[in-house]
Amino acid sequence: MSSAARPIANLRSATGIPTGRLAVWWVVASEIVIFGGILASYIMFRLAHDAWTVQAANTNTTIGAINTFVLLTSSLFAVLGHANAVDGNGKRAAFFLRLTALGGAIFIAIKSYEWYTEISHGFTITSNTFWSFYYTAAGLHALHVIAGAVILLLIARDAAKNLELHRVELIGIYWHFVDIVWIFLFPLLYIAK
Amino acid sequence: MAETVHPAEQAAHGEHHEEGWVKKYLFSTDHKIIAMQYLFTGMAMGLIGAFFAYVFRMQLAFPGMEVPFFGVVSANEYNSLITNHGAIMIFWVAMPVLIAAFGNFLIPLMIGADDMVFPRINRLSYQIFFISALVLLASFFVEGGGFGGAWTAYPPLSANAAYSLTPMGATLWLVAVALEFVAFLLGGINFVTTLMNSRTKGMGIYDIPMVLWMIIIASILFMASVGPLIAGAVMLFMDQQVGTHFYDPTRGGDPLLWQHLFWFFGHPEVYVVLLPAMGIVADIMPVFARKKLFAYRTILWTAIGTGVLSFTVWAHHQFIAGIDPRMAHVFTITTLLISIPIAEMCFVYIATLYGGSIRLNTPMLWALAFVAEFLIGGVTGIFLGASGADIYFHDTYFVLAHFHYTFFPIAIIGTYAGVTFWFPKMFGRMMNDTLGKIHFWGTIIPFNLIFIPLFVLGAAGQHRRIYDFTNYPMLAEPWMQDLRVLATVSLVVMLAFQLVFFYNVIVSLVRGEKAGKNPWKSNTLEWTTESPPPHGNFGDQYPTVYRPPYEYSHPDREEDYWPQNLPN
Repeated sequence: MSSAARPIANLRSATGIPTGRLAVWWVVASEIVIFGGILASYIMFRLAHDAWTVQAANTNTTIGAINTFVLLTSSLFAVLGHANAVDGNGKRAAFFLRLTALGGAIFIAIKSYEWYTEISHGFTITSNTFWSFYYTAAGLHALHVIAGAVILLLIARDAAKNLELHRVELIGIYWHFVDIVWIFLFPLLYIAK
Repeated sequence: MAETVHPAEQAAHGEHHEEGWVKKYLFSTDHKIIAMQYLFTGMAMGLIGAFFAYVFRMQLAFPGMEVPFFGVVSANEYNSLITNHGAIMIFWVAMPVLIAAFGNFLIPLMIGADDMVFPRINRLSYQIFFISALVLLASFFVEGGGFGGAWTAYPPLSANAAYSLTPMGATLWLVAVALEFVAFLLGGINFVTTLMNSRTKGMGIYDIPMVLWMIIIASILFMASVGPLIAGAVMLFMDQQVGTHFYDPTRGGDPLLWQHLFWFFGHPEVYVVLLPAMGIVADIMPVFARKKLFAYRTILWTAIGTGVLSFTVWAHHQFIAGIDPRMAHVFTITTLLISIPIAEMCFVYIATLYGGSIRLNTPMLWALAFVAEFLIGGVTGIFLGASGADIYFHDTYFVLAHFHYTFFPIAIIGTYAGVTFWFPKMFGRMMNDTLGKIHFWGTIIPFNLIFIPLFVLGAAGQHRRIYDFTNYPMLAEPWMQDLRVLATVSLVVMLAFQLVFFYNVIVSLVRGEKAGKNPWKSNTLEWTTESPPPHGNFGDQYPTVYRPPYEYSHPDREEDYWPQNLPN
């Protein structure tokens, strides 16, 4: 994949932390404030609008719970992939990364079905500000799931050839982050009724 | 601290391969080329922003006249001009030049590395930034013209095309700003990681030149503050294009939400651009005072403290937006508190000068002017930070003059200080000092003549964002119009003097005196390599750092400077 020679700067480690890991943590930090912003806005609005409870009652907690289970399971595969990468077993690491991506795909498929049902019942993004938040926040999260799945597959392709195994950990960090965002979205959008 | 030197560091960068012009200058991953791309793009956008200011100032001084090079300014065009003047100067001039251009150029050179840690992400960052500039420029030519809802983009004006009359312009503006944020997040992550991990052997955290610290703190502040605004921008985009009502109070939304999200970013943003300029000044003053930077660690911790505090002051922009007066008290206190660390930094710079052997070269003049002019901006901020006084001053030209006295020193004076100081390193030739001084005085004197009258007008009650003051009898008195003319004429004079700078740049590039490695007899690592530095920066031998960066006029040493890389 990467043909360009790495600069010396990339090979140094004055902190002792690998450069890639350091950078991914900064990516996560910048993402936390993005989701933090939208969730804080949602919470402030929710506190001010008791009437939203009626709208929130229409979200499907069962589907949300199944999706939570799917996403958490995919994170387990990411961990197993990392463990194999640490042992230098690129082939098995790639296998688990692909399972992780599959988990992401199932999550999106379930979400699509869920949204299809809701939209056909008349709960669209413009019907009420609760639903605007519901689709915007979950949609932003879904975009992250899709991006993460694509990166997982790209890294799996290299890992299968035992190349760039350190990247398995990096996508793992990111995938866990996407997971944790859902852990916040699920109670806020589904459970709180 | 773990210091690992990779064996490959011994390998020579010697192999020199020629690349085509397009690959070398348009798709380069070399941090120095990317720095130049940011610098020249930023300066080009600066000319556009300055042209906008010229047009709307002409309209205010001579209402309804046909402005040379533009024509008669309509009310909608006026709104679009002021909006985009502000947005361009902050997002497409101050940030790309102060953070991206100087950060890219200086970070690898000053820490003794060959490039950024992620050169291709660096290139991507510039490319996204370039596209954001194109999107912004395109927004002026769509149906309805460019966005005119002010750079703060308050809804409902920004959210509803029926109010703003710019159905396309408002969305393109928002997309351009969002792309610009993405570019700076990518760049910022690169900067922070590079400074943390890629320092050369021996460079501890207190051996890092102050300008790098400031750029890094600014990058972190940006990263931590922009997230909520990105979320807010997504919601505003949905309001504009999908038909949601996040900011529409009649449908369960709240326009104040945008103000909070915007200013939660907007106030730290002031420090995002201020700190790099402060850092440039901190690096210039010791060189031209031949004296150690006073209180290095104090400056560093003060800057970090300022950064933390800057997250607690945002609602001082909203004192008359209907926030709880008890809350206004809290924000008054935090706002007045934040003037303490900034004042402290100014005192520390003055202490650096005390007893020094001062040389008034052009870069030093700019550095001194920065402190003097920024001080005026800071002091007038006290009136606005106090919620009681702000009720009177809010949205007047007093506010406008105040933040131009902060942003002009930051974006213009700071940039000129940095460019005139590092020009020899960037291009290998010295700039003409006499022309530099003519340009300096030709900029500083008119600058004050533009904005001091605007303080007076603001205190007299002149509101911002008014197209034609002759429609308001109490604002159309002859003495007020005279002051407006004075400000506009001063602006034209100041812009004319910028030609001296561009002439100086071109003449110096062609036949300036050869700079050599270290024309200013400076200590930091970028001055130990060739000017301009070759690809890879340091040839096959990376420098080792033995001491902090500001050891000037050390008593144990015959020469009055002591480069960081000399063993003794």
